[in-house]
Amino acid sequence: MSESAGFYSKAPKSEEIAARFPDLHPPFEATAAVAEAYRCLFCFDAPCAQACPTHIDVPRFIKKIATGNLEGSAKTILDANILGASCSRACPVDVLCEGACVMHRYNKQPIEIGRLQRFAMDALHESGAPLPFTPGAETGKRVALIGGGPASLACAAELRRRGVRAEIFDARPLPGGLNTYGIAEYKLTLSASLQEIDLLAQLGVEFHFNTTVDAKKLAEIEAKYDAVFLGVGLGAIHKLGVAGEDMQGVTNALDFIAGYKSGKITSAPARVAVIGAGNTAIDAANAAVRLGATEVTMVYRRGPEQMSAFDFEYEHAKQEGVQFLWHVKPTALKGSGKIQELELQELESSADGSLVPKAGATKKLAVDLVVMSIGQATHTDFLEGGKVKLERGRIVIDRTTGQTTNPKYFAGGDCTNGGREVVDAVADGKRAGIAMAAWLAGEKQEGHHANA
Amino acid sequence: MPTLETTFAGIKCLNPFWLASAPPTNCGEQIMRAFDAGWGGAVWKTIGAPITNVSSRYSAIDWAGQKMMGFNNIELISDRPTEVNLAEIAEVKRRYPKHVVIASLMVESKRETWHEMVARAEDAGADGLELNFGCPHGMSERGMGSAVGQVPEYCQQITEWVKEKARTPVIVKLTPNISDIRLPARAAKRAGADALSAINTINSITGIDLDTLEPRPNVDGKSSHGGYCGPAVKPIALNMVQQVMGDPTAALPMSGIGGIGTWQDAAEFILLGAGTVQVCTAAMHYGYRIVEDMSDGLLTWMRKKGYNTINDFRGLSLPNVREWKNLNLNFRVVAEIHADKCIGCQLCYTACWDGAHQCIHLDRTDGGMDAPVKGTDPRYPMHEPNPHGKPTPAMVFAESAKLISTTPIAKLDLNGAGVNSAVTPLDRIPRVDVDECVGCNLCSLVCPVPECITMERVENGLPFQSWEERVAAGVASQGAADAGNPNH
Repeated sequence: MSESAGFYSKAPKSEEIAARFPDLHPPFEATAAVAEAYRCLFCFDAPCAQACPTHIDVPRFIKKIATGNLEGSAKTILDANILGASCSRACPVDVLCEGACVMHRYNKQPIEIGRLQRFAMDALHESGAPLPFTPGAETGKRVALIGGGPASLACAAELRRRGVRAEIFDARPLPGGLNTYGIAEYKLTLSASLQEIDLLAQLGVEFHFNTTVDAKKLAEIEAKYDAVFLGVGLGAIHKLGVAGEDMQGVTNALDFIAGYKSGKITSAPARVAVIGAGNTAIDAANAAVRLGATEVTMVYRRGPEQMSAFDFEYEHAKQEGVQFLWHVKPTALKGSGKIQELELQELESSADGSLVPKAGATKKLAVDLVVMSIGQATHTDFLEGGKVKLERGRIVIDRTTGQTTNPKYFAGGDCTNGGREVVDAVADGKRAGIAMAAWLAGEKQEGHHANA
Repeated sequence: MPTLETTFAGIKCLNPFWLASAPPTNCGEQIMRAFDAGWGGAVWKTIGAPITNVSSRYSAIDWAGQKMMGFNNIELISDRPTEVNLAEIAEVKRRYPKHVVIASLMVESKRETWHEMVARAEDAGADGLELNFGCPHGMSERGMGSAVGQVPEYCQQITEWVKEKARTPVIVKLTPNISDIRLPARAAKRAGADALSAINTINSITGIDLDTLEPRPNVDGKSSHGGYCGPAVKPIALNMVQQVMGDPTAALPMSGIGGIGTWQDAAEFILLGAGTVQVCTAAMHYGYRIVEDMSDGLLTWMRKKGYNTINDFRGLSLPNVREWKNLNLNFRVVAEIHADKCIGCQLCYTACWDGAHQCIHLDRTDGGMDAPVKGTDPRYPMHEPNPHGKPTPAMVFAESAKLISTTPIAKLDLNGAGVNSAVTPLDRIPRVDVDECVGCNLCSLVCPVPECITMERVENGLPFQSWEERVAAGVASQGAADAGNPNH
């Protein structure tokens, strides 16, 4: 059965979570947005637009805010990025559009592009207006999209605008993937993600929930549909491979974040350790603080110079009161019935640069909860057997079209890039959607697939 | 130490800053507070024929987030009884004998009526009289205000009547709503006026409400053209002041008016010949307190420039305003973009291509041209093709289209598109084709960074030559459209 609307009304609502995770970057008041919009220089060939993976015409949408043309502003954003609302909140703007702003070299204060984008998108959502696009004339073609995250959503929107039926298959009960379940609530709420998808659904995107696609199901789908888009994202978080990992009180960052976002987790115990130092690890650590933990420690085997989290995320975690243990790795998780202690081994660099245990340097960390966040495995087992070419578990695609080595299969998002941002997935999905519609229309019968 | 004390048409002034005849000078209580704040004089809100005002009365043009770039009013002259205004003038002069109070007058065009009003204002103690021949709305429909100022004969006649009676200096306030402001100025001078003030407000409709389709300011769904003033009108006012002061048959002591709100504005009017300046909109926007910085700033500037009195610099810029035909056609500047200051916004590029002469180019590439390449832009067929051998903008674009932006991952993607550098990449810094640059200034005007684009003099060794001289020498005939263009 397919569903296609009303997701926002199904969002779990928790007043406590809302109170503990207020907006990190609060929305602009109307007058402040206009004042900020006027600061924009309206650069020619603007670096911000180049830096955006979806290439939103940033100066154009900002000038429209200045003139009070909020509808036009939102349309400018959506034209390039159908998930413009969630990207305005979730994007690491410091390293994208705002990082590229020429103002860094002038009065040092970049234009607040993310908040301006949110202002325009919020205005559209508050107006109750539909998306400023209509589905294209039906072509009779049908595409199945595996996974309901940002890549598939963006792809589906492009397909619908070109008159191709788009049906999304997702294992969860609600759409959006990590956009809905995986982004820190103080950046993007679960309900805001669903509200945006409700609008997108008006284009006629169809959804099949609680549907896990395995090799058998994929074969069925392949037989029924004209093309398939793979937007399956990544899989489970890696395990450490030490004793005690299945003990009560040991979880992983994705489950922890999805749990509190959907209201299933409303508190954290006093002492929490997060293993890893990526952006997701920081989201988990900050969440633990906000859920009531008093001692939150991030445990990382390298130093702050090597952590994969963005600098601004590291700064944010420090402000939240998160502690950091560098150059240590857990060797055992101890506890009777539930986790009580982490055994840690200090590490040092060897002559060849690899990390080796430092002799005699071990320590113990008393904990009530351990959150693993040491990267996600790929989730492409069901594609094995040569259906599409994989490389270290990632699906190989032609970057400009998203087409895989199998012309009928296209792909985008984390399952192809190994895990980047929402906006990268949207950009992938957009390119793939446009290319799929063209391929289905016979413009590229020969295919433009990835090099084998 | 420099002083702001000055004498204007025989009237001793503590400083050259007067409040113009307008709402800020509506009553004695206001004017006394203004004097306390530091204003040297005030021209009383025009006294005269009885009127009734409408509600509402003001509207404004905002620009780029700034309020009241231009201001408009449909308020008429004072709606208070003449005897009340005159009694308050007497009171203000009693309490502030050293401050200047000018009575602005407007009555119907009858000799006796003007005589009576002049006598009453002077009896009240006014230091001078300003004849309001400029108000562009309402009063003009009744044959007063700009209806007088627009007809030099009326202007002359009424000024003569006033001069028959007046014992104090008579200032004629000119309207800008006329094709040549020198004509009423000459008429006033012929009639014996002691001074002029310019400009009054400019006919205007500030805008239309796009919901109701009604113009502003809204009076029961309707509006009427009003008088425009504020920062937007300053260039117009400066030109008109210069026109009058540059004409010996019109020039008189001048009280400059129009968009003045800062000491720089005041200095510019004085450099074009004004002896005092009058302020309204800025005081309506920010209050009387603005005069403190006007005084302070002007004194500081005078000290730096070595001027001790207002008269030391009054009119010094007048000789620098000439007719176009007397400008030096052999003078040449070209734009120089200072790469160390350029932030890479490329506003100069798009301005030059769309709004000027297509001579700023985006063809610099890292590792590219070491020395500036002159006149070699590949898009110009008249030039030799691209000897530096670097990619053209089209080639650069084609290359970049193949690239796909992604979010940089810290420690992996060190040079992502969003990773800012303190130094502007060379390929974002535009290049000026100095052979093609006509020196129009546009790029330097749109550049947001001070001193980033400067206009540099090109020493071409040619002597001064004006259009007039060229015509006289027979080099160019009158009407030869492009013979005199030094750029081709």
